Amino acid sequence: MSLEPDFKPQTRNPKASFQDLILTLHDFWAAQGCVILQPYDMRMGAGTFHTATTLRALGPEPWNAAFVQPCRRPTDGRYGENPNRLQHYYQYQVILKPSPADIQELYLGSLKAIGIDPLRHDIRFVEDDWESPTLGAWGLGWEVWCDGMEVTQFTYFQQMGGFDCKPVAGELTYGLERLAMYVQNVDNVYDLAFNDRGVSYGEVFLENERQMSKWNFEVADTDGLFELFTKAEAECRNALENEVPIAAYEQAVEASHIFNLLQARGVISVQERASYMGRVRDLARSSCETYAKQMAPQWAEQYPEWSLV
Amino acid sequence: MADFLLELRSEEIPARMQKGARGELEKLFRREMDAAGVAVGDLTIWSTPRRLALIARDLPTETEAVREEAKGPPIGAPDQAVDGFCRKNGVTRGQLQTRDVKGRATYFAVIEKPGQAVADLLAAAIPVIIRDFSWPKSMRWGDASISSESTRWVRPLSGIVALLDGELVPCVTDGLASGRVTIGHRFHSTGEIEIAGADDYADILREACVIVDHEERSGIIREGARKAAKAAGVTVVEDEGLVVENAGLTEWPVPLLGRFDEAFLDVPPEVIQLTARVNQKYFVCEERTPNGTTRLANAFICTANIAAEDPAVVVDGNRKVLAARLADARFFWELDQKNTLASHAEGLERITFHEKLGTVADKVDRVAKLASWLVFDAKAPNGDHNLTRRAAELSKADLVTEMVGEFPELQGLMGGYYAQKEGLPTEVSDAIRDHYKPVGQGDDVPTAPTTVAVSLADKLDNLLSFFKIDILPTGSKDPFALRRAALGYIRLIQENSLKLSLDEVVHAWDSQPNTALAEKLAEFLHDRLAVQLRDQGVRYDFVAASQTWASGPDLRIDRVEARARSLAAFLETDDGSNLLAGYKRAANILKKEEWQGGEYPSGKDLSYTPEPSEKALIDALDAAAPKAASAVEAEDFEAAMAALATLRAPIDAFFDNVIVNDPDADKRAARLALLARFRDAVHQVADFSRIEG
Repeated sequence: MSLEPDFKPQTRNPKASFQDLILTLHDFWAAQGCVILQPYDMRMGAGTFHTATTLRALGPEPWNAAFVQPCRRPTDGRYGENPNRLQHYYQYQVILKPSPADIQELYLGSLKAIGIDPLRHDIRFVEDDWESPTLGAWGLGWEVWCDGMEVTQFTYFQQMGGFDCKPVAGELTYGLERLAMYVQNVDNVYDLAFNDRGVSYGEVFLENERQMSKWNFEVADTDGLFELFTKAEAECRNALENEVPIAAYEQAVEASHIFNLLQARGVISVQERASYMGRVRDLARSSCETYAKQMAPQWAEQYPEWSLV
Repeated sequence: MADFLLELRSEEIPARMQKGARGELEKLFRREMDAAGVAVGDLTIWSTPRRLALIARDLPTETEAVREEAKGPPIGAPDQAVDGFCRKNGVTRGQLQTRDVKGRATYFAVIEKPGQAVADLLAAAIPVIIRDFSWPKSMRWGDASISSESTRWVRPLSGIVALLDGELVPCVTDGLASGRVTIGHRFHSTGEIEIAGADDYADILREACVIVDHEERSGIIREGARKAAKAAGVTVVEDEGLVVENAGLTEWPVPLLGRFDEAFLDVPPEVIQLTARVNQKYFVCEERTPNGTTRLANAFICTANIAAEDPAVVVDGNRKVLAARLADARFFWELDQKNTLASHAEGLERITFHEKLGTVADKVDRVAKLASWLVFDAKAPNGDHNLTRRAAELSKADLVTEMVGEFPELQGLMGGYYAQKEGLPTEVSDAIRDHYKPVGQGDDVPTAPTTVAVSLADKLDNLLSFFKIDILPTGSKDPFALRRAALGYIRLIQENSLKLSLDEVVHAWDSQPNTALAEKLAEFLHDRLAVQLRDQGVRYDFVAASQTWASGPDLRIDRVEARARSLAAFLETDDGSNLLAGYKRAANILKKEEWQGGEYPSGKDLSYTPEPSEKALIDALDAAAPKAASAVEAEDFEAAMAALATLRAPIDAFFDNVIVNDPDADKRAARLALLARFRDAVHQVADFSRIEG
C-alpha cells in the first residue's frame, strides 16, 4: 500500500463557488501565520463579538487569527424576498495584532487571491470609523470599495473595553455574500453557487430565511425573551462576581442578541430602547474590563514594557 | 538658496481632512522655521489620499550668526544668583564677562550663536511637525503602539521624503527614517521611486500615475464629468463639494458615466440625488425634455482611481451598487405610500420630542392649535382654517416614514410628496413640504398663507416650549436650534408683513395669558432682530432704543423693526444728529443736577417772563409733543421723527441763549423741568439714552 494519500484537494475556484471563496481566504490567511478558527458557537450580531476579536484585542501578546462568523441581525430579515438582505449571513474576520506595516498590501493580496484584479476593478479605501459603545471600543479605518461596493470593513482598533489597545490590532471584516455576489457576478444572493456541484445558496438558506424571518418578527414568545434577557443579565453578574469574565462576556453576547430579537418583535419602545442598550453595554464593558484587569498581572510579567493603562 | 521638498506618506487620509491638513502643515512648518530663524517665502502644499507634500523654494542654506548678551547680577551678588544666571544662559562662571553699568561692575553672559545649516534645522523640525500635527482624529498603529506614547497620525504614517536641493535631510521619527524614495499609484505603479528634488517631484509622480496637485485633480474631475455628460447628451449637476471629495479619494481620477434603470426615475429626484451623492459620491445628470423643461436623467458619474482595463466593468459594478441603493429607496417610497400620512402620524406618539415636553404627537397638537389660531383668529396670515389645521396635523408625519428614517435631511420634502400622492390639496402638501423653511440664510421664505401659518406655529412652539422649561441658548450652545427658529420667525414676519403680538400668541398657545413668557420671548427675538438688522446696516443700539412699548418689551417685532429703521434714517439727517446732541446735553444736565421731578411749566403758569429762546422751546414742545405722541400711537414713526425734528432749532437756541442754572431758584426749577419735558418728548418716540456715541 502506498503511503501517498489517495485524496488530493482540488484547485480552489473562488469565482464560481461560495465555499471555495471561504477556503481560499483560509488558505491565504493561514499562509500569513493566522490560526484558522471555527465560528463562535453562539448567536451574535457581528464577527467582532467573537472573543478571538474582542478579548484578544486586549493585552500585549501577538495574535493572528482568521475565521468565519455567522451573524444574526433579526431586523434585517426579509422573508427571503430581498436579493441583498438577510437576517443570517457570514462575515470573514481577520485579526492581526500588532497591525503589520504591510497590512493593506496583505489585504489587497487576499482580494487578488479570490479573483479581484485591481486593474480591472476600482478598489478604494473610503473613510469609515468604527465605534461600538456596547464594547467600549472604537477604531479608525475605512470601508473598502470595489467598484463602489463596500466589500470590507478595515479597522485599526484603538480602544476595547475602555482600555487603549497596546498594541493596536488591525481587523478586517469581509462581507462574504457580497463579495461572492461580486466575483460570481450574480444579482441575487440566493443565486450564488454554494459549491461547484450545482448547490445554490438559496437551496441552503432560503427556507431558513423564510422561517427565521417569521419567527423573528412574528412568532418568538416575547415574555420568554424578556425572561431570557433578565436571566442572561443575572448570569453575567454571577460570572463576574466569581471572576470568570469570559463566561460573563458570553452572557453579555447572549443578552445583546435577545435584545435584538425583542427589537424585531417591536415590543421595545423608543424610551426603553436606550435603557436596554445601556444594560447590554454595561454587561459587555464590565466583562471586558474584568477580563483585562484579571489578565493584566500575567501580561505585565511577560511584557515588562507594557501596562494596562 | 535652496529648495526643500517634504513628503509625508500615509495610508488613505480621509478626503474631508485633507484641506485642513494642508493648512496645518503650512502652519507648523512656518512656526518651526520662524523659531529657527529661517526666512520662508511662498510654500506649495499638495495633498492626495496617500501623501502630504510641501515645497519651500529659496530657503537660505545657513542661518546668520547671532550674538546675544544677557545682563546678570552685579559682582558680589550671592553665589546662588550668579549660578542661576549661568545655568539660565548655558555658560560657566569662567565665561562671564564684567562690564560697568552705571558705576557698578556687573556680570554679562555673551552667547555667540554661530550660523546653522538649514539642513540641520529642517532635520530637527520634521519630527516636531509630525509630533505636533493636529488631526480631527488620530490613531496609533503597529509594533510601536505597545506604548500609548507612540506617534499618532491620521492613519499609519509610512514614509518620509525630505530633500534640500536634492540632498537627503536625515531624520528619524518613531523608527521611521527619512529617505529619497517614494511610491507611486497603488495599482498602476510598482516598487520604489527615487526623487531627485523639489523640481522633479510632481513630474516623477505623474509618471507613476499620481497627480499630486489636488487642484489639478479637481479640474480633471470637473472637466471629465462635463465631457462624459456631454458625450451622453446630458448635463452634469455641478457639485463642488463632490468634486473636492472625489479629488480627495483618488490619485489618478477618471470620471466615468453610467446609466441606471429608467424605472427608478419614479422615485423623487431629490432622493436619487441624495442616494447617489451621500452613499456613493456620484454626480447626477439632467436632461432636457421635449417640452423644454429640465429633469433628472438616468445617468450617474462615478470617479474611478484607475485607468481601468475595461471601464465598462467598473461602470457596471457601480451601476449595480447604485441600483441596489435605488431599489432600497424605491422600496421605502412604495412602502411609505401604503399608509396615509394620517396613519403615519399616529406613530408620532412613540417618539419623544423632549423628555419634559412629551411626544412629537403632543407637539403636533400644539402646532395645529396655534396654526389654526393664527389664520382664524389673528388673521396673520389670513388663510383657510381647515387646510391649515390639516397641514399642521400632518406636518411631522414623515418623521416615521422609512425614507426619512434613512435620509433625515429629506424631512418635510417627503411629507410633501406623500401628501401629493395621497391627493391632498396643494396648499396642504406645499405647507408640509416647506414648513421648516426658512432654514439657511439664503433659503426662500414661505408666503403661501397655509405654509406661513404652519411654519410660524412650528417655530413658535419650539421657542415657547423650551423657554417655558427654561432652556435657552447659552454662548455657542444651542442644541435645539432656537436661534435659528427665532430668525425664521422674524423673517416670516418681515416677508409677509405680519403684525403679531406675542402676548396674544402666548395666550393662544398656552390657553391662558402668560406675560412673563411673552416678554421673555420678545427679548430673545429683539436680540436676534438686532443681529439680523446689524448685517443690513442698522445699528444694534438703534434696535435697543426701539424695543420698549408701553413700558415693557415691545411684543411686536414688526414694530421694533419699523421704529429702528425710522430712527436710523432720522439720525442720518442733520436734524437728527443735532437733536441727539441736544438730547444728550439735556439728559446730562438733568443727571448732573439730580433733577427729582416737578411740574412742567407751560407758558402761562411761569412766575417770570421767559426769555425768547425759552419761550420758543416751550411753544415748540407744545406743538411737537402731542404730534409725536399721536404719531407713535398710530405707529407712524417717520411722522414722529419729523415732529421731533421741529425741536432741533429751538433746543439748540435754548442752549445757546438761556442759562439753566439761574441764581433764581424758580427759574432754575422751571428750566430743568423744561429740559425734562423735552427729554420725555424724545423718549416717547425712542429711548435715546440707549443710543451710543
